[in-house]
Amino acid sequence: MIEIHELTKRYGDHLAVDHVTFSARPGRVTGFLGPNGAGKSTSLRILAGLTPATSGTASVLGRRYADLPNPGLEIGVLLDASAQHAGRTGREVLRVAAETMGLPRARVAEMLDLVSLTEQEAGRRVRDYSLGMRQRLGLATALLGDPAVLVLDEPANGLDPAGIRWMRDLLRDHARRGGTVLLSSHLLHEIEVIADDIVVIGHGRVVAQGTKEELLHDDRTLVRAPEVGALAVALTAAGWTVERVDPADPTAGLRTDASLATTGQVALAAGLPLLELRAADGAGLEEMFLQLTADTQREAAA
Amino acid sequence: MTTLTTSPSAAAAAPGGTPSAYADRAAPAPIPFARLLKVELRKMFDTRSGLWLMASIGILAALASAAVVLWAPDDQVTYETFAAAVGFPMAVLLPVIAVLSVTSEWSQRNGLTTFTLVPHRGRVITAKAAGALVVAVAGMLVAAAVGVVGNLVGSALNGTDAIWDVSVSDFTAIVLANVLGVFLGFMLGAVLRSSPAALVGYLVISFVLVPLTMTLAAAQQWFADIQPWVDWNFTQSQLFEGLPTDGEYWAQLGVTTTVWLLLPLTWGLWRLVRAEVK
Repeated sequence: MIEIHELTKRYGDHLAVDHVTFSARPGRVTGFLGPNGAGKSTSLRILAGLTPATSGTASVLGRRYADLPNPGLEIGVLLDASAQHAGRTGREVLRVAAETMGLPRARVAEMLDLVSLTEQEAGRRVRDYSLGMRQRLGLATALLGDPAVLVLDEPANGLDPAGIRWMRDLLRDHARRGGTVLLSSHLLHEIEVIADDIVVIGHGRVVAQGTKEELLHDDRTLVRAPEVGALAVALTAAGWTVERVDPADPTAGLRTDASLATTGQVALAAGLPLLELRAADGAGLEEMFLQLTADTQREAAA
Repeated sequence: MTTLTTSPSAAAAAPGGTPSAYADRAAPAPIPFARLLKVELRKMFDTRSGLWLMASIGILAALASAAVVLWAPDDQVTYETFAAAVGFPMAVLLPVIAVLSVTSEWSQRNGLTTFTLVPHRGRVITAKAAGALVVAVAGMLVAAAVGVVGNLVGSALNGTDAIWDVSVSDFTAIVLANVLGVFLGFMLGAVLRSSPAALVGYLVISFVLVPLTMTLAAAQQWFADIQPWVDWNFTQSQLFEGLPTDGEYWAQLGVTTTVWLLLPLTWGLWRLVRAEVK
């Protein structure tokens, strides 16, 4: 269980994290979604006690992070897989962590096995690791103490498709056994496929949160047709609101508040063929996320 | 920007009836300090740079002994010569270990792991300080032992009796000097939190500043008069000449160490425990 309450971090006159409140519950995977620079990593660093908050609180299993007597056994944290001493071998990184937590040496071999790092790879220095291998090593460090809570910042970065699939299964399994998983990503799809609950953050603020079903639910209809313009006119004439999914791309189709059946009837009456007709589920979230991302990119370009 | 509905009602129970493997776990025992000390000592030597530092201290100590055996005039083949020859590389390199022990958490960024596993930076830093102290004392004992071997071999080759001219108080003074040297490195690490910056700072203080202040003292009487009270390098280096007995010296050592080591160290640690770890 992770509870974040009114968390705020100010750098000069820039609010990196702005009164963020959410929780990640046991038995569920919580996705922390936002464009790059939205405040995800800062929030997670504050949670792990690495960055002091300006105001607000964050707790893990009901306690402040700093009050956890042996954090590695209760919460596994992977914030940046590249943040390792480059001159240490992968195995030594795990041994140091295991020794700090007071775990037997055998646990290191188990973890190497779990994340599929071979004996030979484990003996190499981290400077020679690919990002994917570092990510696996970081995950092994996080899982070492068999913690109830996992916090992972962009864990899919650098993993190949098989690796991403493997990690997804691992995290789902952790939640299924009653663990709490909080992971961040700047990719909507990544979060959609794994998360039970989603927290969307942009410009330091939580802009949406809820279960995946709630957030993806959309009553509107999505329709694609060769003659999008004519269909839009017909729907508008029938009294429905219509908008282009992507103003720049007519083949992306239209979203309308008319029902599936009504949309079909309007098209039939107008004599317009259809390419696709379905519920617009997920469109709202995608729209909002694209909007957030576009805002961020404009700021970066400015 | 659109805002979708926020739903506190989503706080439903975990999926139907799956027993949690993580419920009702007892809180783990706190991490004892001795374990942190062990871990920090290990981290000083388990990297490539740490390994080479240790190896080079050993190699230099052996080379220095060999050089004394081969080239020192017979009447100088005494324990003091060996101890000095072996002790010099130690005195130079041990502070580097202390520097890297602190700075690598930032420069190599492994502080991200260290400080999430132990969210009390004061404890971690104290363990590093204790570790540096252990290394400084152990290093001197090793140097003393290598010196013993060198002295025995050297005098046997010369066919003379081995001369043991380093007293316990001399040795104590040398250990103290090295401990102070290690804390110079520790202070620079804590204040600068960057390996290159702290190493350069160490080299400047130990090798650039010393000839400068020596020249200044030779040229300017006023500086020569106050030097024992303001020049830490000067007061610390007196310890290599034996354990001073007069109270004024200890007052000078206390003043210079407080001003040049303790105050910056305190300031550095104050900032270090508050700094962001990225």
